[in-house]
Amino acid sequence: MLGRLGFDALPFYSAIAFGGASITVLGGLAVLLLVTYFGKWQYFWEEWLTSLDHKRIGIMYIALALVMLLRGFVDALMMRSQQVFALNNDGYLAPEHFDQVFSSHGTIMIFFMAMPFLTGLINIIVPQQIGARDVAFPFMNSISLWLTTAGAALVMVSLVIGKFSTAGWTGYPPYSGAEYSPGVGVDYWIWALLVSGVGSTMTGINFVVTILKCRAPKMRLMQMPLFTWTTLCTSILMAFAFPALTVVAAMLGLDRVLGFHFFTNDAGGNMMNYANLLWIWGHPEVYILILPAFGIYSEVTATFSQKRLFGYTSLVYATAAITILSFSVWLHHFFTMGSSPNVNAVFGIATMIIAVPTGVKIFDWVFTMYKGRIIFHPAMLYTIGFLVTFVLGGVSGVLLALPPADYLMHNSTFLVAHFHNVLIPGALFGYFAGFQYWFPKATGFTLDRAWGVRSFWFWIIGFYLAFMPLYALGFMGMSRRMERYDVAEWQPYLVVAAVGALFVLVGIFCQGMQLYVSIRDRNKNLDITGDPYNGRTLEWQTSSPPAEYNFAKVPDVQEIDVFWDMKQRGVAYAPASDYEDIHLPRNTGIGVFLGGLGFVIGFAVIWYIWWLVALGLLGVVACLITRSSQDDTFEIIPAAEVEAIEKMRLKALEEHKPTPGDFWS
Amino acid sequence: MNTYTPKTAGSPGPTEETLGIRDLGFWIYLMTDAIIFSLLFATYVVMFQNTATGPVPSDIFDLEHVFAETMFLLLSSVTFGFASLAAIRERKGHAVFWMIVTIFFGAGFIFLEVSEFVGMIQSGAAPQTSGFLSAFFTLVGTHGAHVSLGMVGITVMIFQILIKGLTSPVKSRLHRLGMFWHFLDIVWIGIFSIVYMPGWLI
Repeated sequence: MLGRLGFDALPFYSAIAFGGASITVLGGLAVLLLVTYFGKWQYFWEEWLTSLDHKRIGIMYIALALVMLLRGFVDALMMRSQQVFALNNDGYLAPEHFDQVFSSHGTIMIFFMAMPFLTGLINIIVPQQIGARDVAFPFMNSISLWLTTAGAALVMVSLVIGKFSTAGWTGYPPYSGAEYSPGVGVDYWIWALLVSGVGSTMTGINFVVTILKCRAPKMRLMQMPLFTWTTLCTSILMAFAFPALTVVAAMLGLDRVLGFHFFTNDAGGNMMNYANLLWIWGHPEVYILILPAFGIYSEVTATFSQKRLFGYTSLVYATAAITILSFSVWLHHFFTMGSSPNVNAVFGIATMIIAVPTGVKIFDWVFTMYKGRIIFHPAMLYTIGFLVTFVLGGVSGVLLALPPADYLMHNSTFLVAHFHNVLIPGALFGYFAGFQYWFPKATGFTLDRAWGVRSFWFWIIGFYLAFMPLYALGFMGMSRRMERYDVAEWQPYLVVAAVGALFVLVGIFCQGMQLYVSIRDRNKNLDITGDPYNGRTLEWQTSSPPAEYNFAKVPDVQEIDVFWDMKQRGVAYAPASDYEDIHLPRNTGIGVFLGGLGFVIGFAVIWYIWWLVALGLLGVVACLITRSSQDDTFEIIPAAEVEAIEKMRLKALEEHKPTPGDFWS
Repeated sequence: MNTYTPKTAGSPGPTEETLGIRDLGFWIYLMTDAIIFSLLFATYVVMFQNTATGPVPSDIFDLEHVFAETMFLLLSSVTFGFASLAAIRERKGHAVFWMIVTIFFGAGFIFLEVSEFVGMIQSGAAPQTSGFLSAFFTLVGTHGAHVSLGMVGITVMIFQILIKGLTSPVKSRLHRLGMFWHFLDIVWIGIFSIVYMPGWLI
């Protein structure tokens, strides 16, 4: 009846595993109880969970990302503390548990922290930047959100029921095959990726079409804000790279569950094919994570240098070049696998070439700041921290692109230091900058500045302390993922790295305090004008938070910095002579159901509960047929209501005349 | 153009314009699906010599059987084309008739494919036998699963045409379903020329 699911799946075998499970269960229960206590179920269901409004979907994505950031960071703390103690002894984590921790850390940070964070920011901002009222496919957007949430839920459930994978976040066979990893761990990993990967593919399709088809009619491609450009490129990568992840995860699943021989040692399996297929997705994924952050840095640099972006055209072309090149370098993730020297050389050179457009971007941002009146908003601090730190990570990457050097550094902590050095400043700091920058747009009040500055300093100091020692340790011969070691010289470096992780912990605490203080004092920090930083792009023309329809009138675009240009011409807040009815997508719960069914199907396959799989698939077909038979999926906001909302906004603007640099006085 | 700014103010529901946007989205979806198939093709090409102790391609491929499958599928594409033309000319009955014929041909294709698979498995050529057979069954089976799903779609659309009539949302859905169906034909031609033909010769 329940397949291989039994009471032995509960974590009573280890105090630490039981602690993790208890925190997960109690945390979940606490949320449920609080919502019940305040009687907010109806509100959450009607206003949030079933919402197709891109701004609300974006906020839910970011909430998911922040929760998963905490979970992934706890994993990081556990690894750093284990390696402090584990000189010539077993430390406090059993080897198998340590392996689960590093596997879930990577999986969570990439798929369930970074992906939802960037998708959330894109959701909230991009439609506003192009003068649209929603995305091209609002319902598909909701499915994407709930499939991503379902994947994250599978990873969280693995803490309580069964175990997670020990095969690392890349899950290389033959170790991840049924022969060497017979438990449910790798299956949890596979299904978390399959379910959320489909969601990401749909997000990619959605935003390519949104940006190509839903722009304000007069906005040409070369007038789009840089964040919209990088989103377009990231969406193309999502749509065309994520299917590869779906294929490779499905094949590994077929090997494990049905006994196929794609990647096995015997019967003609070919595990090198796994590495190829995984990284055909995996390398574009690096740019999926980083390009939106590059877009955010572009917006933030221009706004807080109070200047037009330097080299707009070169930034667009550099982004496009990175997008194309990102599909041509995947083999550098396994130079040591045994391809011929010529093949390795081709991919090594391609990898070095990709540093060129990236370098162009760095110079563009620096030149934007040159002679600008720079305002050191927390978003700008994260950007400057990125500029300095990312260059280091980029240079270590060019070093690793040399196949002979890679043979030495491969699988060492040097590699760990390298990719954290590109992904933390390159991607995560960008999301933080975007969070600081666009928070008032999403919520209607600004974030506390002092706590933001503090969080930045703890994060960046913590980052250097945590990862610079790993570069040195790599040269000293330390492999990655060691649960114990016997080289006494390594220990001081590992202690420094752990101290760095503690600094980051304080940084995360500051971010929590910033949220708490800002929400507490929200009435003092209201963003009445909707344009707190004297912004340049269209999202600052809407109110904060924007009306459900974003723009009552489709904006008239004449320049790159549309809104700046409108303010110069004095037409930014011109009242319209007449308003029209606006059509918006009607809320629906089908997206939530599909996400729930995705979770159920994944869970059922993991535990071999076949009748539940069949039931889940039937449910999916039923949901899709129901939805595809609905014609009346829109609701109308009457012109009179639009007029009333806009009049109120104009009145508020009248009382609170927006003046340039208002936020800073 | 903006999605939710209908040309004729006050008209409910999606306009011609938003339906056009959906077509672009569906094209891009088809391209993502094409990537799934291309990786399955690549895997097949990498693995078709990995027969281990199992049969080699020429032992198990029956080209006459496959030719019959091909004919069923290609004819189903033709009949779907007739259904689309009938829908454009607002001939409800004709459209439904040709879609039922399409389902008939699709079901014939699936029947032949399943009987081929069953025969292979009974003769000891199961997907668990070798890397070659894992890749073969996954590639051809994924295509077959798509065809089956397409038949569910055709059934749904038959009922929509009967109940709702040939309204513009229904015609737009029919158009996208047609793209899906013809796409599967193209994939099949790839399977025929990359899997069956060389396999039969080797």
